[in-house]
Amino acid sequence: MKYKVDEKGFYGNFGGAYIPEMLYPNIDELKRNYLKIINSENFRKDFEKLLSEYVGRPTPLYFAERLSKKYNTKIYLKREDLCHTGAHKINNTIGQILLAKNLNKKRIIAETGAGQHGVATATVCALMGIDCVIYMGEVDIKRQAPNVARMKMLGAQVRDAKSGSKTLKDATNEAMRDWINNPVDTHYIIGSVVGPHPYPDMVTRLQAVISKEVKTQLLEKEGRDYPDYLIACVGGGSNAAGLYYHYLNNEKVKIIAVEAAGKGINSGESAATIKLGKIGIMHGSKTLLMQNDDGQIIEPYSISAGLDYPGIGPLHSHLYETERAKFVSVNDSEAMDWGLALSQIEGIIPAIETAHAFSILDTMAFKKDDILVFNCSGRGDKDLETYIKYFKL
Amino acid sequence: MNRIQKKLKEDKKILSVYFTAGFPKLDDTKKIISRLEKHNVDLIEVGIPFSDPLADGETIQKSSKKAIENGMTIRTLFSQLKDLRKKVKIPVILMGYLNPIIQFGIEKFCVKSKEIGIDGLIIPDLPVEIYIEEYKSLFNKNNLLNIFLITPQTSEERIKLIDKNSKGFIYMVSSSSITGSKKNLEDNSFKYFDKISNMNLNNPSIVGFGISNRETYQKVIEKSKGAIVGSAFINFIEQNGIECIGKFIKKFR
Ligand SMILES: Cc1ncc(COP(=O)(O)O)c(C=O)c1O
Repeated sequence: MKYKVDEKGFYGNFGGAYIPEMLYPNIDELKRNYLKIINSENFRKDFEKLLSEYVGRPTPLYFAERLSKKYNTKIYLKREDLCHTGAHKINNTIGQILLAKNLNKKRIIAETGAGQHGVATATVCALMGIDCVIYMGEVDIKRQAPNVARMKMLGAQVRDAKSGSKTLKDATNEAMRDWINNPVDTHYIIGSVVGPHPYPDMVTRLQAVISKEVKTQLLEKEGRDYPDYLIACVGGGSNAAGLYYHYLNNEKVKIIAVEAAGKGINSGESAATIKLGKIGIMHGSKTLLMQNDDGQIIEPYSISAGLDYPGIGPLHSHLYETERAKFVSVNDSEAMDWGLALSQIEGIIPAIETAHAFSILDTMAFKKDDILVFNCSGRGDKDLETYIKYFKL
Repeated sequence: MNRIQKKLKEDKKILSVYFTAGFPKLDDTKKIISRLEKHNVDLIEVGIPFSDPLADGETIQKSSKKAIENGMTIRTLFSQLKDLRKKVKIPVILMGYLNPIIQFGIEKFCVKSKEIGIDGLIIPDLPVEIYIEEYKSLFNKNNLLNIFLITPQTSEERIKLIDKNSKGFIYMVSSSSITGSKKNLEDNSFKYFDKISNMNLNNPSIVGFGISNRETYQKVIEKSKGAIVGSAFINFIEQNGIECIGKFIKKFR
């Protein structure tokens, strides 16, 4: 298993747990327990029950007929947008809230960018009756107002991260600082496959339900359990990791990851970590990072708050370095156009994050009988205001 | 013997001051160091600013941000400290997060540090396991003592591992918090200081985080070899400038 995390938490050259001593006991507790818990029969039972009855899984694998015709290939959409709360994020939060209960934690903290992970966290906290504090950058609070309101309705406290660029990376810093200040009773639900080991592996395993379902569903529809291409957008990389997981060792499956280029790779306003990044250490993980020559983290930019992160999960850095995955980057305008296109071709209004993934249809050539699976990671409700402004709707 | 080790042998309590290099002004670094020495501070920690200081509270976040805006980099810091040892006799420690150091080049960083007479390093996001595996021999070769943090949550087993791999002092974080915390030193903190002193470690401990006035300083030095003042000092020079540093030090002893 070339793509599995090793004992020290590394995927090849990336990963690890570069954490201040203050976080060591919490991370160590997780590291010692996460596999035992998530592989236990009790956990599996509760997890599967909630995924099916509360989240609405399995999500459909939908054959997009009009889109397929237009691009003369076979396109399937894995409908994570139909999950309760509107994105794949809840697969992870359901898993982690069960884990937190198992570890006897009384309080949950989380960071959020687009607010999807914040909503998914606030939701499971309401479900379990656990206190919830969400950190969100001041800038994101403004551009994702509906999600802020949702979190509040769900009973979570939303705290604004005022440091740095006031977006996702700063919200993550604030959440980690909160955890340092509350080391005993609090569990930190990270929202993507980032952060110190064991988070990247833990979140990947919880999101892996996506590819597990795709296997069964494809077998039913196509008579084989693997596609030719898997395509997902990458912020930190959790929806992508979930889609890829069960196919990482199947070399017949080509993997494509789509990053946000913002206003263009060389515009100075971008979030294309793979294209612009160098290896470094942030949020406890050694991975590719957008940074200047002095090692200061560069503030990223993307029109989608969920892709606005200057790093990428260590698994993805490894998939890039080993050339297991092909990474492409897509500008704001291409992504926005695809938000509109998917709405009008398939009647599905996607999250702007999700819309990025579809842009590869314009730049890559596929054969008529190629099977493509796109991860439709989330729905566009939260982005309506951005769409309205952009298209003057 | 390293200057830190010599200082620790003296029969006195240590007052150590942390500040962020390049704050309030880019070229204040050397002036602050000389003044601290003149006012009998025992040890100085010079902070290398980082854009994302995970373990730091608002004060050090702000001073780091300002210092970066002022143009502070490791390169600049080394050139400012080029002639450090022509005047300064007390031990000087560099404190910074791992990423800027790695980007500068870890080997080059150590060699340069030795060249200008740096005595130790505090790298909060470098855990002891990775230190042992990848950094220890390089630091030793350059006579740089690595200073590790422990907290009230650190297990005894881990404290022993850290003690075994330390050659200067152990940085005892006073309570579970980031820097500049306004949490009062609780009874728990003192129980923990007692526990550490009863462990009879090879290295003395110096207490940091939340030391902001004479009262907290006096209380913690009863239980340890000394104390480190950071955020309180930075707040002071932000408000009063760097001319009257003596007045700040007199608040402690
Ligand atoms: C719908 C949607 N897709 C994708 C992402 C990006 O996150 P990740 O790369 O972890 O899947 C987000 C993040 O908020 C999101 O809301």
